[in-house]
Amino acid sequence: MTQKQSALAPYFNNIEQQREANTLGMWIFLVTEVMLFGGIFLAYAVYLFNYPAGFAEASRELNLFLSTTNTLVLLCSSLTVALAVHAAQTDKKKQLVIFLVATLILGTIFLGIKGVEYAEEFQHNLFPGPSFEFEGPHIQQARLFFGLYFAATGLHGFHMIMGISVLLYLTYKAWRGYFGSLNYDTIEMFGLYWHFVDIAWVFIFPLFYLIERAQ
Amino acid sequence: MTEQNNDHHVLPVTTYLAVFAGLIILLILTVVVAFFDFGVFNRVIALAIAVAKASLIMAYFMHLRYSSHLTWIFAGAGFFWLIIMFLITMGDYLARGTIIGTPG
Repeated sequence: MTQKQSALAPYFNNIEQQREANTLGMWIFLVTEVMLFGGIFLAYAVYLFNYPAGFAEASRELNLFLSTTNTLVLLCSSLTVALAVHAAQTDKKKQLVIFLVATLILGTIFLGIKGVEYAEEFQHNLFPGPSFEFEGPHIQQARLFFGLYFAATGLHGFHMIMGISVLLYLTYKAWRGYFGSLNYDTIEMFGLYWHFVDIAWVFIFPLFYLIERAQ
Repeated sequence: MTEQNNDHHVLPVTTYLAVFAGLIILLILTVVVAFFDFGVFNRVIALAIAVAKASLIMAYFMHLRYSSHLTWIFAGAGFFWLIIMFLITMGDYLARGTIIGTPG
């Protein structure tokens, strides 16, 4: 399979117009994602404001080391995906595949570490289900915190899974030589999605994990 | 059509690496600052750093800085909406109890 020599769809005047349309369309989608995550963040902000003590106690139960590592992993994956776009733009097929695979690996590591965190939290009965247990004066507030925590990180993890699935397919296409300087929009648009999911985590991390660590 | 136009932004690898370095520094900063007690400013600083990281990612990794103004408007619209939602909602909660008769 060789690179599509003309990635230009017939209803566009030129490739720049097509790229602009792709970019605008992707950003509209990302705006809807901002609204989605924004809703959860707002709910969190309201209850953080109303129950500072309970939320601080609950936050201290979260694993700071694992989550900091995860933040680092995601930042690295944003770098690798940006470098993948660059490789596609400059016709470096081997580099493109390497960077896409690196992004895949980093994304999977993120999910793995998240899984370990969740396992820990389930073991400590921190999931707001029937077996919820919390040692501290503000049990109901802690329960609320964990409800929001699992909602936000669960939604984020779901977005990661979607991203990784698409990335598997794109990596295969890249390996087959489908992308290049004449046809790299798909990689760039995927990059936009991936960076957005990274940004969502960049906010989740301080909001949930870093309240009142100064002891 | 030449490749010297607005939308064909091929950034040098050094730019990406520099932005990455900035992001790592901000990450270290955000974790370190969390261990000091600045009172209410802890959250302000944490949010400010998060916004800085998001801005770096958007401007350079997502190429916003090199995109058309129309793209800026689309991206900005999302965050503008977010700001309105937060300002009005949190404004309500923060103002409760300050006017006689409103439950606080």
